[in-house]
Amino acid sequence: MATIAFGQKQRTWFSEASVLLRRELVDTLRDWRIILPIFSLTLFFPFLMNITASMAADWVVRYGGAPIIGERIIPFLLMVVGFFPLSFSLVIALEVFVGEKERKSLEPLLASPLSDGQLYFGKALASMIPPLAASYLGIVVYLVGLRVFRGWQPSFELLVLAVLLTTVKALVMVSGAVVISSQTTSVRAANLLASFIIIPMALLLQGESLIMFWARYDVLWWIVAALIVVNVLLVRMGLQLFDREELLGREIDELNLRYVWRTFKGFWVSASPDSPSERFSLRRIYTRDLPAILRRMTPAVWAVSLSLVAAMVVGGLFAAQHPIPGRVWSPQSLTPDAFRNAPAVGFLPSFTVGAVLSNNIRSLLLAGIVAVFSFGSIAVVLLMAPMGIIGFFMYQVAQWGLNPWLFFATFVLPHGIFELPAAILATAAALRLGAVVIARSTHPRVTVGEGWLAALADFCKVFVFVTLPLLVIAAIVEVNLTLRVVLWAYGAH
Amino acid sequence: MTSTATSFKKYHRVIVSVWQNCYNQAEEKLENVGMIEAEKLTKKFKDFTAVDSLSLSVPPGQVLALLGPNGAGKTTTVRMLSAILTPTSGRVTVAGFDAVQFPQEVRRRVGMLTELPGLYLRMQAMEYLDFFGQLYGLSASQRLARSAALLSRFGMADAVDKRLSEYSKGMRQKLALIRSMLHNPSVLLLDEPTSAMDPQSARLVRDAIADLRGEQHAIILCTHNLVEAEELADRIAIIRRGKIIIEGTAAALKSELLGPPLMELTLNAPLDGLLPDLQQRVQVVEQGDVWVRYQSENPAVENPRLLRWLTEAGVEVVTLGQVTRSLEDVYLRVVAE
Repeated sequence: MATIAFGQKQRTWFSEASVLLRRELVDTLRDWRIILPIFSLTLFFPFLMNITASMAADWVVRYGGAPIIGERIIPFLLMVVGFFPLSFSLVIALEVFVGEKERKSLEPLLASPLSDGQLYFGKALASMIPPLAASYLGIVVYLVGLRVFRGWQPSFELLVLAVLLTTVKALVMVSGAVVISSQTTSVRAANLLASFIIIPMALLLQGESLIMFWARYDVLWWIVAALIVVNVLLVRMGLQLFDREELLGREIDELNLRYVWRTFKGFWVSASPDSPSERFSLRRIYTRDLPAILRRMTPAVWAVSLSLVAAMVVGGLFAAQHPIPGRVWSPQSLTPDAFRNAPAVGFLPSFTVGAVLSNNIRSLLLAGIVAVFSFGSIAVVLLMAPMGIIGFFMYQVAQWGLNPWLFFATFVLPHGIFELPAAILATAAALRLGAVVIARSTHPRVTVGEGWLAALADFCKVFVFVTLPLLVIAAIVEVNLTLRVVLWAYGAH
Repeated sequence: MTSTATSFKKYHRVIVSVWQNCYNQAEEKLENVGMIEAEKLTKKFKDFTAVDSLSLSVPPGQVLALLGPNGAGKTTTVRMLSAILTPTSGRVTVAGFDAVQFPQEVRRRVGMLTELPGLYLRMQAMEYLDFFGQLYGLSASQRLARSAALLSRFGMADAVDKRLSEYSKGMRQKLALIRSMLHNPSVLLLDEPTSAMDPQSARLVRDAIADLRGEQHAIILCTHNLVEAEELADRIAIIRRGKIIIEGTAAALKSELLGPPLMELTLNAPLDGLLPDLQQRVQVVEQGDVWVRYQSENPAVENPRLLRWLTEAGVEVVTLGQVTRSLEDVYLRVVAE
């Protein structure tokens, strides 16, 4: 009974959303300024690419080049043919919300029983369907032309990849454009922000072209998977940021820095975003603020910790596949000078407390900055890199007949018991900072922007009051103690 | 009949009687509960408080006119009642549903006429109404029947084949009103329903609103047309700076803010020597050569007495009548304070 009711509820959700989808589609198809360019280019462009492919292949052969070059151009142009009409999906998707707001037709729609998800789904799909249909049509026209005039046809894998890549790129572009459309106040502003979508997509197309020329189609499957993940994140972000109030109320795009600073300051001085401002003291920071932040950060800390363990495992596996040939290092050869001369390697910092500390602070701050632009993912990747290297060397050391755990206990642990928690906590705070736009808010009655500022305040508190002190201790220990422990453990003098 | 059957029959009657009693009490309670109930509703936009602890109640079959200067908070209030905006604090219940917890259910039961018509100009009228009818869950036959009936009622049957871009402002406003009424909602929130309409169309709209009131819909009317508000509204609430300053029937508001009824007496000859005596008998507020205005707490008693005195004094009375005071006087008095 419950299953039937659930199924009926889902059908109702989709059927209501499809009402909006149908209307949007019909409206788009009535706009000749959109439909004429899409379909005329769709029919004209593949012929042009057919001619280009033929000319390129013939030219290469005529001047003694390897025919393979000409052959590899053909699949690449297949991707271009599919991509071209997709650019129109941006035009349509960018104005789905902000265009209706400018035309003053948004409020009756917001006053209807449609939920945020139904609005989002209906409009996003409607933006995507005509350009995607045009892309598929273009691909078909291109392939038919090639088959007829050159007798060429793609492999099944290539065909599936072309269709999949075209589809996921459409999904990503539309998802991103809908996010922009729901956050800007004018179509002009939305068009300006569209460069954040079209430029990466254009770069991706160029990357695909290189992969096509190398015929590394297996890499394209990974690109499809990555784009699906990006799409899921963008859709989630779009739904999280979607706010009827902001859509209706915001008239101009302005950055109220005073309000931003005041809000951030409020979160900085209060124990939690829900509580009012209180007297700021170190005692309160360590007894109330930080424990509350750590509780909020628990999922992020687990995620980062597991990622680091995974990185070490991956490092070890990589070492198994690509071992260092021969035995290039033995612990007996270690001397105190080996550490002091580390900067001679070039990318290693000098081995002083200040240099080690500044390097660590710089890395973690960079992680915080890039976290904002990558939903927190790059911050985690940045910390995974050194752990992967540790895992690599642990495996390598084991291959040389030495104890990997001794290696870890001597080279890493003395300063690592301070540095690793500092890095994990800072990275977890950075992950929260980046993921706040796609995660469900833990604070009711706080907007996404305010939630981001609260996460930034948490990051700053963790960094200043936990990470920095631990990094200072770690730097002192690393320079003064770790070296001695290593030398003592391996008997080198 | 066995004793068991007899017992069953007796208890069955008792059970049915108890159930019926509970049902009647529940129905009575529902009838007395406001269809729109707002309690200490507050809405803040960053540092600005648009609506400040506003409370109102509109039962079924009543029209509440919401008046106030531009920027007073009327539109924000209406948007909260229609579950478009979430209140910062306070509670709002519309048609039995909490607008914060069940916004979709509220929107299903509310018909909203927005400040601007907000039409899709590439569509035709029936197509447009069909779209919104589907969103509100009407069947195809219901959509067709309701759309045709409402378009006909508002004199738009001849324009169904035109694109909405070809409609005049008044026609667009009427179509937007039809959209809000299409699904026969129990609650209607109407923002300037007769704006941009010719007098004939405006009359149609007012008649429709009066009919809806008779059909036990709860209606909130935001309007700057005070004549319309006075004609249609059972109660009037004046908002300023996000707060309801005063609320009541038009008559009660006039009495409270403008004082007792105002009478105007016109004579056949100049007042001159009569004025001092007159001022002792009534509260004169304004005078001219041959006329005088006075406030009377009890016109039914004071007017005949005054007429008798004037007659005995040999003064010929041309007219004696009550001066109509408008809601505008009330509004301007409240807003100016």
